[in-house]
Amino acid sequence: MSVLVNSTINGDQYEFVCEPDETLLDALRDRVGMTGVKEGCGTGDCGACSITLDGALVCSCLVLGAEAEGRKIETVEGMSDGDKLHPLQTKFLEHAALQCGVCTPGFLIAAKALLEKNPDPSEEQVRYALAGNLCRCTGYDKIVRAVLAAAKQMRKA
Amino acid sequence: MQYLAPEKTADAVKLLAKSKGQVHLLAGGSDLLVRMKGGYIEPDVIIDIKRIKPMQDIKKTATGFNIGAAVSCAQMGDHKALRRAWPGVVEAANLIGSDQIQGRCTVAGNLCNASPAADSVPALIAAKAVAIVKGPKGTRRVPVENFATAPGKTCLKKGEIVESIQLPKRAAKMADAYLRFIPRTEMDIAVVSAAVNLTLGPRGVITAARVALGAVAPTAILIPEANKILKGDKLTEESLESLAEVCSAACKPINDKRGTIDFRTHVAGVLATRAARLAYTRAGGKL
Repeated sequence: MSVLVNSTINGDQYEFVCEPDETLLDALRDRVGMTGVKEGCGTGDCGACSITLDGALVCSCLVLGAEAEGRKIETVEGMSDGDKLHPLQTKFLEHAALQCGVCTPGFLIAAKALLEKNPDPSEEQVRYALAGNLCRCTGYDKIVRAVLAAAKQMRKA
Repeated sequence: MQYLAPEKTADAVKLLAKSKGQVHLLAGGSDLLVRMKGGYIEPDVIIDIKRIKPMQDIKKTATGFNIGAAVSCAQMGDHKALRRAWPGVVEAANLIGSDQIQGRCTVAGNLCNASPAADSVPALIAAKAVAIVKGPKGTRRVPVENFATAPGKTCLKKGEIVESIQLPKRAAKMADAYLRFIPRTEMDIAVVSAAVNLTLGPRGVITAARVALGAVAPTAILIPEANKILKGDKLTEESLESLAEVCSAACKPINDKRGTIDFRTHVAGVLATRAARLAYTRAGGKL
């Protein structure tokens, strides 16, 4: 029996139908068309499917679509302000903090969640906060630098 | 499969008791959904407890703290009063997985999953936490050390559900600490872990001690002898040595590539003494 779900995604109201055992990751990609949410492991290890759910950073592969009823979801699609990229997105580009790009939306969402809680993190704090996001291309150094640079810029703004 | 999200504990109990087939409770889902994905379980019914109001909050009560079964470990880490009162419980809860997992995982789920290596469980045992269990026959209070009966097995009977975890009120000079060994710095499962909760009297003399170990037996275990060893004196080199001995003697660990029997047995004693030093200092004692 399919479930009808109403959620606020990136500030807009959405209504979608999903199967009761379908993950929010699959619902977001296949029902809503938010393909910025990536599937890596599907078991909560890699963080490619990171979103925020009512403000909490979570792996959408470990959430059922049905659980999203009445909840607020933020994905990478909602990060830029129209054509104007979020400072994290700009700094990821400037620092070449991505290669294949599959892990990038998850890193951006996790980094945004960190900077909202802690606008001035140390390098160590960034590394701990991003421990739930795996990248198999860049080796993390550029990602960590990009996050620190974005934090610096956002503190000035 | 059916997905149900009741808004009252009593309704969840009724649904749990009457549902047929494979019925699973869903709190954070960080164990349940992984098992579904892996094909280890195929639930007929999932009962999500996160819409049940009394399960959503951490409440400071006259007798301590009440942590609802749906409270995420991230919520625990954000709760200043809880962190101050039970630093060991919160540090254990906050060691589970990544920030993403923290946003979902719960200590009640950690307890019900009944892994011998569950991080929060030794800390809850040392803190003398009690699980509030609601079922068709009413409410019962289960001390956390009696909750898991074997790996993956608990004392819950059909229709029973953990509504909350209760922590006692912290006494004036009381503190806890939790330490675990993993082969890396983050994102791993305990190979050995130890939790210590100490209460001090005048001049740093220990008046009560609770020590628990994780990942060295089929369930997390309380070490009752630790109280006899540590009580009535300050924390001394001799008492720490005896503590390490009783902790190692209580170990019945598995042997695997992450830790041999000898390693786990030895490290259990080492971690217990380190956690004891930490708890002692936090409680205001001087080493």
